[in-house]
Amino acid sequence: MVSPHCHFDVLVLGGGPAGMVSAITASQNGLRVGLIDEQSEAGGQIWRAPWASSPQGYESPEARDGNKMRDRLALSSVTCLFGRRIWSVTDRYRVDLLGADGVETFQAPHLIVALGAHERVIPFPGWTLPGVMGLAAATIMLKAHGLAPPKDWVLAGVGPLLAAVAAGYARKGHPPKAIIDLSGPSDWFAALPSLASRPGLFKQGVGWVLSIVSSRIPIYFRHAIRRAEGQDRISACLIGPVDADGKSIDGPEVGIACDAMMVGNGLVPGGEVPRLLGADQVYRHELGGWIPECDPFGRTSLEHLYAIGDGAGIRGGAVACIAGKLAGLAAAHDAGRIDAGAFAHQSAQALAEHRKLSAFSDAMAHMIRLRPAQVASIEADAVICRCEDVTRQDLVAAARAGARDVNQLKHFTRCGMGPCQGRMCGDVAAEILAQEHRLDRQAVGYWTARPPLRPISLQSMLGRVDYADIPIPKPAPL
Amino acid sequence: MVSAFTRIVASHHALVHINVDGVDCVAPAGEPLATSLLAAGYVMLRHSPNRHNPRGAFCLMGVCQECAIHVDGQIVQACMTPVRAGMVVQLRGAV
Ligand code: FES
Repeated sequence: MVSPHCHFDVLVLGGGPAGMVSAITASQNGLRVGLIDEQSEAGGQIWRAPWASSPQGYESPEARDGNKMRDRLALSSVTCLFGRRIWSVTDRYRVDLLGADGVETFQAPHLIVALGAHERVIPFPGWTLPGVMGLAAATIMLKAHGLAPPKDWVLAGVGPLLAAVAAGYARKGHPPKAIIDLSGPSDWFAALPSLASRPGLFKQGVGWVLSIVSSRIPIYFRHAIRRAEGQDRISACLIGPVDADGKSIDGPEVGIACDAMMVGNGLVPGGEVPRLLGADQVYRHELGGWIPECDPFGRTSLEHLYAIGDGAGIRGGAVACIAGKLAGLAAAHDAGRIDAGAFAHQSAQALAEHRKLSAFSDAMAHMIRLRPAQVASIEADAVICRCEDVTRQDLVAAARAGARDVNQLKHFTRCGMGPCQGRMCGDVAAEILAQEHRLDRQAVGYWTARPPLRPISLQSMLGRVDYADIPIPKPAPL
Repeated sequence: MVSAFTRIVASHHALVHINVDGVDCVAPAGEPLATSLLAAGYVMLRHSPNRHNPRGAFCLMGVCQECAIHVDGQIVQACMTPVRAGMVVQLRGAV
């Protein structure tokens, strides 16, 4: 077994905006930084590097920002460790990776976790059919791979991503057949004032609206998918009206024939690593769910462990950049590379910017918040846990049989026990359990995080293991 | 194939041959396999192990595991696996 590489002062997990900026900032302040990401290039999801076209070929502002930051990263002294999956993170701070060349282990006294969020999709019967995909998947197809869904596709869900995907595909000549928006025009108008602080985004938003309007895409406001149908692939869906809280209400249902559906209901922070390490957690509904408790610099309850970006609360890319700057400075300060005066001076501006952006990020996070009433409206036969085919009624039965927290729910039903490790179902399953017992989310808890963080084969995990390498612990004193 | 996912950007990557359940397909080298399969009209990838319901790629970012299929005899996530010339793909999962 290989001994860990220890030549870094700080390891940064995740190459999205927060991770990139924190890595660059820390390296500029004298730290030796290793930046780790699963993808072959930095950018994360929001700045995902275009793959199909040449990098200059795509014109969105995110692509420009992403390319700029990738250039800065290339010029910095950060060591990029890309194309590697993180399968274990342990104490102080050892990170085990699996890449094309097998397993590798790194260790550093400081760890910045910037692993982002994953998508929340509120289940409906038929959402497991092939051809139904996440909104985030749609943006990856659009931004990175230049792939459009078949002609008859529908777009459903909530939040700015809905508009971005609709406009993006409309401009490429592949508009959705219909947009099913959980929110109504009044929700969008309510978010408008917060855009005043972000003129660039305001312009982008106006552009989206114009593209959508000029493509004459029918929009069903305050509607949600009731079910999807099809044999080996989605062939139709049924939509119905919802109230302001996302609850299904009586009213005409509309059937739409379609070959594909892109659907998403916001983001859930992916807090597995801080959780695995035992950092204190808190449930914050307005920030997307369970997050590590952090100070303004991203310092968690564990020494020299920092959590930033959407994985530490959904606030979007612009805030993530500032959080990256703050955590990079804090790591440099905590490692003794910059003194308290320089730290205070350099972070003052970032803290002020952070405050300025919060109106906008709060408004966006509010739009994509979990609507408990929407979860309450999920049909009994809808699959919640895709891996193990566990339905809502299975979860409700387990709750009634005595499952009080999510880990008990998991043992009763296998919900969350499959290969996605509860990432797809965790938020909704916990919400169903909490509602069933009339408890708050804090009380039903979160899945216990366990390595491996990603399913990997035992063979690749062991690598070139030798029996002589297996550490034999000293017997405990009697 | 009817109603396939369509490519809207001309790729500058070299096309290579892969084998999907015995059928020869071309795909850009290095593209995530899940994307290539969608473009080739393969939307259903496998069946769920418990209820044997049809499944396809869902998240395209390595989270959902719905794209876990056999490539060269090993189960891999198709959305995280770059296309290589001569790849042998079987559209079945763990069952
Ligand atoms: S499509 Fe979700 S893991 Fe590949």
